[in-house]
Amino acid sequence: MDFFNEAHVDAAKELLYKMADDQLIIGHRNSEWTGFGPLLEEDIAFSSMAQDKIGQSEHLYGLLHELGESDPDTVAFTRNAPQFHCCHLVELPIGEYDFSLIRHFLFDMAEAIRFEMLANSTYEGLAQIARKYKGEIKYHTMHANTWVKQLGTGNEESNARMQNSLNESWNLALGIFEPGPHEATLKEAGIFEGEAVLKEKWLELVTPLLEKAKLQIPDESTWVPVYGGRTGTHTEHLQPLLDEMTEVYSIDPTADW
Amino acid sequence: MTANEIREILKEVKDPEIPTISVVDLGIVTDIKVDGNDVFVELTPTFAGCPALKIMETMVSDRIKQVDGVGEVEVKTSFEKQWSTDLITEEGHKALLQHGLAPPKRNCTALNMEVLEDTKCPYCGSEDTTLNSPFGPTLCRSLHYCNSCKQAFEGFKPVVN
Repeated sequence: MDFFNEAHVDAAKELLYKMADDQLIIGHRNSEWTGFGPLLEEDIAFSSMAQDKIGQSEHLYGLLHELGESDPDTVAFTRNAPQFHCCHLVELPIGEYDFSLIRHFLFDMAEAIRFEMLANSTYEGLAQIARKYKGEIKYHTMHANTWVKQLGTGNEESNARMQNSLNESWNLALGIFEPGPHEATLKEAGIFEGEAVLKEKWLELVTPLLEKAKLQIPDESTWVPVYGGRTGTHTEHLQPLLDEMTEVYSIDPTADW
Repeated sequence: MTANEIREILKEVKDPEIPTISVVDLGIVTDIKVDGNDVFVELTPTFAGCPALKIMETMVSDRIKQVDGVGEVEVKTSFEKQWSTDLITEEGHKALLQHGLAPPKRNCTALNMEVLEDTKCPYCGSEDTTLNSPFGPTLCRSLHYCNSCKQAFEGFKPVVN
């Protein structure tokens, strides 16, 4: 990457790590619906989205490998929670179906915009991947939007459940946009416009969609973004997830099937 | 040996999950270079998380190595170009139908539920069908039902960039 100086490499790594870790972890959480979905189609939908997310994370870890980090399997399977950079939103247990749906909605809308923004990045390797992912994620946002609208406008119980989950998830979702230490560098190098811009675009996107679903965004005076995930501070839920995810790898790193 | 000859040979290599369609007709063989006896093939993934990617790389490489006189073979998966379902050839559409899969609509400018709902039954050709789910048994398939011949069927999902 000849256009990179050392500061650019550090900044790109930080960006790649949080994106890849978010995708790996929400992918694993989504996969927990396999066999347990409230209806067969939803079982398949969450399993498919899990496969997309985990597959996408692998190519992002591949870019990190190009920048000098270990290979994707080592990076994905040998770190402990404090070395992970995912936000708290993605690491929480799947909870009830309404929570998983709202999380999927809030997270994937942000991802979709992130990929749109990165499609024009000066970091060509990342731009190529983003151009690919922004096509794939349309199926995720379409799914999220369909169900959020259907259940938000369904009956009293479905609306109340969705509203409850939205209230619980909102500050966690704001944590997606925790500013990193390299925001200025990323912007100046034309790699990424930054978390603040992403957050504004995300608000513009989700606000009318939630309105249509008859769901209310919590009052702005109560917004307290849940930060910490990007710098390795996590909830007690992440390490058990990693232990389960890496169980086979820990027993036999050369296992194949 | 020419790139065109290699392309012809690769028509024998089928998608492991849809055995009627070749990697060429699927539109994922996006570059072939022949340099003396050495062959380079670029594959462009359909879906980034497709588990068949690595298998297809190996299948393509193995098939070329069987050709008499071939030297070094390199097969590389790249995101440099963008795959979309419009790259599936007319032959490819026939092959999908043969496997009981509704081919993706061509030239979609945007992706929405209407595009998916508007899918013809691969068995009887009826347009009176219902979309059951945009997610199916593999990343590239959706689930539908034909109200005319009363059969469930799968479609190959349009991918729009």
